Amino acid sequence: MTMAYNPIQIYKLMAKARALEERLIKMSKSDDGFFWIGGPGEEAFNVPLGLLIKKGEGLAFDFLHFHYRNSATLIAMGVPMIDPIRQMHCRATDPYSKGRNFVGHFAIKEWNVMGVTSPIEVQYSMAPGTAWAQKRYGGDGITVVTGGDAGSAEGDFATCLSWSNIKNRELPILIIVTNNRYGISTPFESVHGDSIIARRAEAFGIQWDVVDGNDPKASYEKLQFAMGIVREERRPFCLEAQISRLHGHSSSSGANREQSERDCLIEFEKVLVNANQMSKQEAEEIRKTYEGEALDALKQARTEPLPESSTIYEGVFK
Amino acid sequence: MANIAQAIRLALHLGETKLGVKDIFGEDVGPPLGGVFTCTQGLANAWNSPLDERGIVGMAIGLAMAGQRPVAEIQFCDYIFNTIDLLKLAGNTCWSTAGQINLPLVLMTPVGAGIHGSIYHSHSFESIATHIPGWKIILVSNPRDAYGLLVSAIKDPNPVLFMYPKALIRVQTEDQIPGLTKDPRELSKMIDAPPLDNRSSWKPSWPDLPDFEIPIGKAKVCTEGKDVTVISYGRPLPWCIEVAKELSKENYSIEVIDLRTLYPLDDETIRTSVNKTGRVIVVNEDTEVTNFGEHIIRKILEMCFYSLQAPPKLLAGANTPGIGLAVPLEEAQVPQKIDILNATLSMLKEKA
Repeated sequence: MTMAYNPIQIYKLMAKARALEERLIKMSKSDDGFFWIGGPGEEAFNVPLGLLIKKGEGLAFDFLHFHYRNSATLIAMGVPMIDPIRQMHCRATDPYSKGRNFVGHFAIKEWNVMGVTSPIEVQYSMAPGTAWAQKRYGGDGITVVTGGDAGSAEGDFATCLSWSNIKNRELPILIIVTNNRYGISTPFESVHGDSIIARRAEAFGIQWDVVDGNDPKASYEKLQFAMGIVREERRPFCLEAQISRLHGHSSSSGANREQSERDCLIEFEKVLVNANQMSKQEAEEIRKTYEGEALDALKQARTEPLPESSTIYEGVFK
Repeated sequence: MANIAQAIRLALHLGETKLGVKDIFGEDVGPPLGGVFTCTQGLANAWNSPLDERGIVGMAIGLAMAGQRPVAEIQFCDYIFNTIDLLKLAGNTCWSTAGQINLPLVLMTPVGAGIHGSIYHSHSFESIATHIPGWKIILVSNPRDAYGLLVSAIKDPNPVLFMYPKALIRVQTEDQIPGLTKDPRELSKMIDAPPLDNRSSWKPSWPDLPDFEIPIGKAKVCTEGKDVTVISYGRPLPWCIEVAKELSKENYSIEVIDLRTLYPLDDETIRTSVNKTGRVIVVNEDTEVTNFGEHIIRKILEMCFYSLQAPPKLLAGANTPGIGLAVPLEEAQVPQKIDILNATLSMLKEKA
């Protein structure tokens, strides 16, 4: 996609995604939902990713195999705030799973968003399948797969690298690792011998790079570069984004704000204010607007029905 | 006249020419070998994958997500175990996405004992497979069902596990694909590949194939009878029919049911038969603990309790970690024809 970098648009989407995640966390700590898991702190990378997706249904468009930390990508793609809130609230109106799955487990057929799953690695094994179908189809649709640093320890990550660059079968696939340096409570370096995950791609002959995922401009440009290669040259690229984890892993670790981590939203706001692209007051208004939108969405979701018990067998088979 | 390997090949050829199958893949599935059991010889869309079962199942799921109709193979079901969470995922994708994303994929794998396969080429898988909701589960015993059910599996919009007993792959039976040449040598000349060193320029000569299918979920009554019902599938099934024929000479009347599809299970055929006979034996090769036959017997107890004249019996594999290579070991570990005969005789003699 040849869209120009638009910092104000990106800031707004980052603020919107953050407001959503913070509302979801509050819901998990109240009677408005159960388990929370998400990706606050990854907005500077995930929003540009969403903006650069070729959105649509079928082989001509991008196929997306996300993990449960991609809410900012979906917000950037245009998901209305209320839908993840409905999923958090287990409402029958949850369009992704009708109250069956955790929040962040998006599934949107008309945008090729394949069902997000709780296992942290399986998407890496499935993604080459859509990419192979796209290779055969032609066009410029690509497959994008995301996962975390901890999930890269699973064999599926090696499967993805191995199947993506077979001679004469090179796949149009962007293999992303968002590295927040933790698997739940376990520091990456305490259980891994390597330091740069994306470098593993080199052994498979796959081009790779690392980007500061707290910097939206660097992320945008690097994603645009990597996607350009995958789209035009129909071959794989592995990109590691080093990002922050602002509220821990999930509800299981309390989901409290982690003060020692860099906050891309605060950093980006300073950049824009210092460059006179936005005033502090404008930034505050943007954040308040989305906080209000999230609260209104919650109030609406509360009024909507839970799924009927009688629906449990629906959709086991098509 | 086709054997099971040929029947599978013919159904896959129908799939790649008429039903939109663009990918038939797995370890050694493509040329030059065409499958360790020859099931994929000569197919235009067969290709070799890395030796990576999780990659194979993942590729099949991804292709199905992209609207393709993949047929993937796990070379022996003994090697499917490291894919179980991907099988779970394939089974739950439609449900978890509220019906949005269905997966029209077929996973084939040979199962069971009987080829001196020892510990890692003799496993059964149906008890575990039927414990993974969201899949349709097939286990055939003859070429006609192999063809007809594989065609149905390819057409189905859901994940289908197609299992076939490796011990019966080369057996010619009376259950044949309609419209196919009766002469096995003629068929072999047309579609069996020559030896590997003489294969590079070989092309099969495909016969006209019928768009013939057997519906998933329908059992078959192989022999009608009124004294005992024997329910089986896969490798022991031909033995059950032989036992029924032999006992008919002694004026016993044995009804043999080939389930063919294990999920969804054909409750009605089972209910009708057991309500008639009041006596039932379930025969399979899988290990006896948490065996799929126990599920069948539970259903029978619920559906037919007041018709039963004797306790239902499960004749299954010994609950051992593997099948031993030496003949006396293997024969003691999975039911043989003599075991089926003896179990049927004692069931006939059980007092009501």
